[in-house]
Amino acid sequence: MELLECKHLCKEFDNKQILQDINLTIPKGKIIGLLGKNGAGKSTLIKLINDLLTPTSGEILINGENPGVSSKEIIAYLPERTYLDKEMTIKQAIKYFSEFYSNFDTEKAMKLLKDLNLDISKKISKMSKGMQEKLQLILVMSRKASIYILDEPLGGVDPATRDYILDTILSNFSEGASVIISTHLISDIERILDEIIFMDNGKIVLTSSADELRNKENSSIDEVFRRYFKC
Amino acid sequence: MNYIFDNDRPIYVQLVEKLRLEIVSGNLKVGDRLPSVRELALAVRVNPNTMQKALAELESEGLVYTERTNGKFVTDNKKLIEEIKRNLAKEKVKKYLNDMKDIGITYEEAIKYLHELGGKE
Repeated sequence: MELLECKHLCKEFDNKQILQDINLTIPKGKIIGLLGKNGAGKSTLIKLINDLLTPTSGEILINGENPGVSSKEIIAYLPERTYLDKEMTIKQAIKYFSEFYSNFDTEKAMKLLKDLNLDISKKISKMSKGMQEKLQLILVMSRKASIYILDEPLGGVDPATRDYILDTILSNFSEGASVIISTHLISDIERILDEIIFMDNGKIVLTSSADELRNKENSSIDEVFRRYFKC
Repeated sequence: MNYIFDNDRPIYVQLVEKLRLEIVSGNLKVGDRLPSVRELALAVRVNPNTMQKALAELESEGLVYTERTNGKFVTDNKKLIEEIKRNLAKEKVKKYLNDMKDIGITYEEAIKYLHELGGKE
């Protein structure tokens, strides 16, 4: 049984096709880059997988089941925009996560926060944007999940924070789990990817192993992307 | 180990080159037990699958071997290490001589540069 499968997945909004006939299989133990320009449909696909939207037609199977209560237990999702109540302190956010998710590892989260020298009694609203991003990533990566889905985890943060985010992803995803990272900042992230998926206009236009694509095209994924999507 | 990778070439190929150097230069010692794939991957900040692939390549070259229950080790075949070292050295020298030729320097002059600069180091 595959970890995650999309079969002929379509999504329409107001008669507009946002996703068209998406067929996708995500195996276990891979880091996958979901790459595409703004508006390509990446976030819509991610929201469908997370059961935040319902497909117009087609099917999503997570461990053989449609998205729902049981899939939410095994998917750790970092949304593009925060859903944390910024009036909470870090400590309260940790408690919230540990009560909400049975697979949340509080000890691990505390250790990762300690490495950042963060005062856990601090309110989230008082933290810098970069720190807020790090906190959210820590909350997501501290779950013992089967699939981690990170929607634009590098957006709007400085290069040093990007390195921290990549390292945190690499060192914390559970063994055998898969990680899906959506981004348009390809050059920063491509060295950790096993597989890449290019999306354009609501369709999947290319899937490949990252190293095979580099070999075939004699260039970086970033370069291939730029050539492909040249305006 | 702080490796910098070039995004233009397969990461696992670059990783094989770097690990091969660690072995022939003696940074990774003959017969040493290697850390786990995951530990190694984290140390050089690559995906564990990429590290796995690179180690499999080194294993097929004979530079690394697996003991079923104990993990991976650097080969104790010193002859093989010497041979790979010699081949690497030859490649580098060939490249040096070609580069010199490209800038219009004769073989004799290139050797002179080696003596001159090598002696002063």
